[in-house]
Amino acid sequence: MDAPAPPPRLALAGITKSYAAVVANRDVSLAIGPGEIHALLGENGAGKSTLVKIIYGVVQPDTGAIAWEGKSVAISGPNAARALGIGMVFQHFSLFESLTVAENIALGLGARESIGELTARIEEVARRYGLAVTPSRHVHHLSVGERQRVEIVRCLLQSPRLLIMDEPTSVLTPQEAAGLFDVLRKLAREGCSILYISHKLEEIRALCERATVLRGGRVVGECDPRRASEQEMAEMMIGGALPVAHRPAPLHEGRICLIVDRLSLPADEPFGTSLAEISLTLRDGEILGIAGVAGNGQKELLAVLAGERLAPDAASVRVADVPAGRLGPAARRRLGLAFIPEERLGRGAVAEFPLSENALLTAYQHGLVRAGMIRFAAVEAYARDIIARFRVVAAGTGASGSSLSGGNMQKFIVGREVGTKPRVLLAAHPTWGVDIGAALAIRQALMDLAASGSGVLLVSEDLAEIFEIADYIAVLSGGRLSPPRRTGETTVEEVGLLMGGRMAPAVPVAALHGAVDAA
Amino acid sequence: MADVQLPVAIVVATLRAATPLTLAGFGELVTERAGVLNLGVEGMMLVGAAFGFMATVASGSLLIGFLAAMIAGAALALVFGVLTLSLMANQVATGLALTIFGIGFSALVGVKFVGMPLGGLATALWPHLAAAPPLLQQFMLLDPVVWLALLLPFAVHRFIYRTRAGLVLRAVGESHDVAHALGYSVLRIRYLAVLFGGAMSGLAGAYLSLAYTPMWTENMVAGRGWIALALVVFSTWKPAWLALGALLFGLVTIAQFQAEALGVAIPPNLLAMLPYLATVGVLVLISRDATRLKLNAPAALGRPFHATA
Repeated sequence: MDAPAPPPRLALAGITKSYAAVVANRDVSLAIGPGEIHALLGENGAGKSTLVKIIYGVVQPDTGAIAWEGKSVAISGPNAARALGIGMVFQHFSLFESLTVAENIALGLGARESIGELTARIEEVARRYGLAVTPSRHVHHLSVGERQRVEIVRCLLQSPRLLIMDEPTSVLTPQEAAGLFDVLRKLAREGCSILYISHKLEEIRALCERATVLRGGRVVGECDPRRASEQEMAEMMIGGALPVAHRPAPLHEGRICLIVDRLSLPADEPFGTSLAEISLTLRDGEILGIAGVAGNGQKELLAVLAGERLAPDAASVRVADVPAGRLGPAARRRLGLAFIPEERLGRGAVAEFPLSENALLTAYQHGLVRAGMIRFAAVEAYARDIIARFRVVAAGTGASGSSLSGGNMQKFIVGREVGTKPRVLLAAHPTWGVDIGAALAIRQALMDLAASGSGVLLVSEDLAEIFEIADYIAVLSGGRLSPPRRTGETTVEEVGLLMGGRMAPAVPVAALHGAVDAA
Repeated sequence: MADVQLPVAIVVATLRAATPLTLAGFGELVTERAGVLNLGVEGMMLVGAAFGFMATVASGSLLIGFLAAMIAGAALALVFGVLTLSLMANQVATGLALTIFGIGFSALVGVKFVGMPLGGLATALWPHLAAAPPLLQQFMLLDPVVWLALLLPFAVHRFIYRTRAGLVLRAVGESHDVAHALGYSVLRIRYLAVLFGGAMSGLAGAYLSLAYTPMWTENMVAGRGWIALALVVFSTWKPAWLALGALLFGLVTIAQFQAEALGVAIPPNLLAMLPYLATVGVLVLISRDATRLKLNAPAALGRPFHATA
């Protein structure tokens, strides 16, 4: 017990990395002790990913020194990082869908052992840490949580001494996240250091002993997250006071603007989800949040609501009382349905087009085209108005879509759709990967739209977001939609259980009406 | 004796007709499993056929002829590799250009060799072939390349599904970005796969010009390269189905010859179409399950890889 304090497991000193004109990391220093759970906190673009890539050897720093257990090292690549004992669980999983769990792990280990021997080792590690994985299953059958467990097992088999977790809970249900924390705590007790990257403050407060906050590529502070308040940490992250979203009083009992009635649809791709008997109603002035882990039918439901896929019969989707199931996206837009897709560039907007032309793409029915001719002045004005109202950071209306950051592009797309004053707005993960400031602006826009009398269908993985702005919450799990509950009358735990697949059978629309009205 | 002779002859002829498709098909299967779509099979086969024939005439050795054909096929594949893998040219366009180039180039270099007589593989191995009893003669016709084509499906199956190198190959074809992130050299693996495909196509071409019909004529591959390509796709990249598809093509080819010999009153052009039509038809029926097709298709097929940090 009297031994001198051991050197830090990993120490970074003065790390600087710039890409062309952008400095991603400037003079970053950081030390992680043995068995410490250290949080790396920051908004998108704060330089977290670059720093992690430097530690994992994917990117080489311009200047600065890295010391591993007291010895200066150069990490030339992921293989060198793994040889040192650094393991990483990626945010977007690095698994091969068509291979089995054991094959995937074999590829990540580079060891020359047979699949049979490896299977035994996988089962042993999985048992020791309580990580349920089945080595012989194909990855495409696995849920996101199971996939993450596979990635963790892969890291653990290399007996890491530093485990990097990049936004690990962004795809997990609350219960799965709690299970993950147990595993991480157990690992830390055994002496493995953990670098935990996230922007979810409540998790960091629950798990981590120390936090380093990055903003604009620099370290702007360190704190003990168990003592600091969420408010303090958030303000450190964004470098200013946190604006507060407010929800205007909802209208009473609007008219029904969107009905989905017992909609079933087979999956159209090998790893897709089939929709089973989905029923929902959305009223004017209402925000209905659809929670659930991605891959449970969100993509399929949104495609069939937006008209990208057609429903089996016209009556199963009704927009503003018109059977719209067999109508394409343009026809549904004419009925007043607007759609904010998940992918910003490529589906929400064209990367190569200037913002003005991107505005024209969906808002053309709103006075921007006359007799088939584009009214350029009106298009310019429309785009300028969005940029001003949503404080989009862009070099004017001529800036191409690809020149904007994800958050700014998303604000522009939300502004464009909201500006068409739709009767129904479908919003797919509208704040995914967007920083706190932009996320607040987007949520506010959705709430304002609902207050002005439109119905908003919000599909999101962010439970906090749904609880903050939605009036009703329903859970999509395995292609089935739970009956909606008033957000005030349900809890995160209850919703989490539904997300994990504990679901009452689907009910037809008539019964659903009763349930909603009674609630 | 006579009652066994016809079935044996049909089996032997089927195996011989299937051999070039098996060789080229399995070369392309390995290439595509690595995520590279090389449409230049027909061109590589033609160049292999021409160079194999020329090298045999020049050296007097069939072994040198077959080796030269494999080198020629691999060399053409290397050109394809440099263009599509290193310079990231479009794989479809480059592959088509490779075939067009192969047709013209083989015709150009082979122009002096057209009509030149050559003994062929079976006669070289068995000088008394013509004098042998008919049944023995059939077995003599099963030359080493036919045996190689018979073993190749098992070898490739074992390689792809049972070895670590095969696992890495599949991984690269499934997602090159993930494979790269795990520290595998995507380009090296793809180059090796493309070169293997080229060598096998060259060998397949040389089998046509040195053993199947021992002579060189312009465009003598006659679309077999395209059929091999189609077989790979319709077999949903599965070795067993690819082998069956090649045998089916061989069988219908032989049936067509038999029909012609028996004087069936069908226009010969229609009969000549039959093997292609039957093979494509049957395999389309087998692989009409779109889900299974997508599940087995290498997900990164035809997509260029550029390493980004």
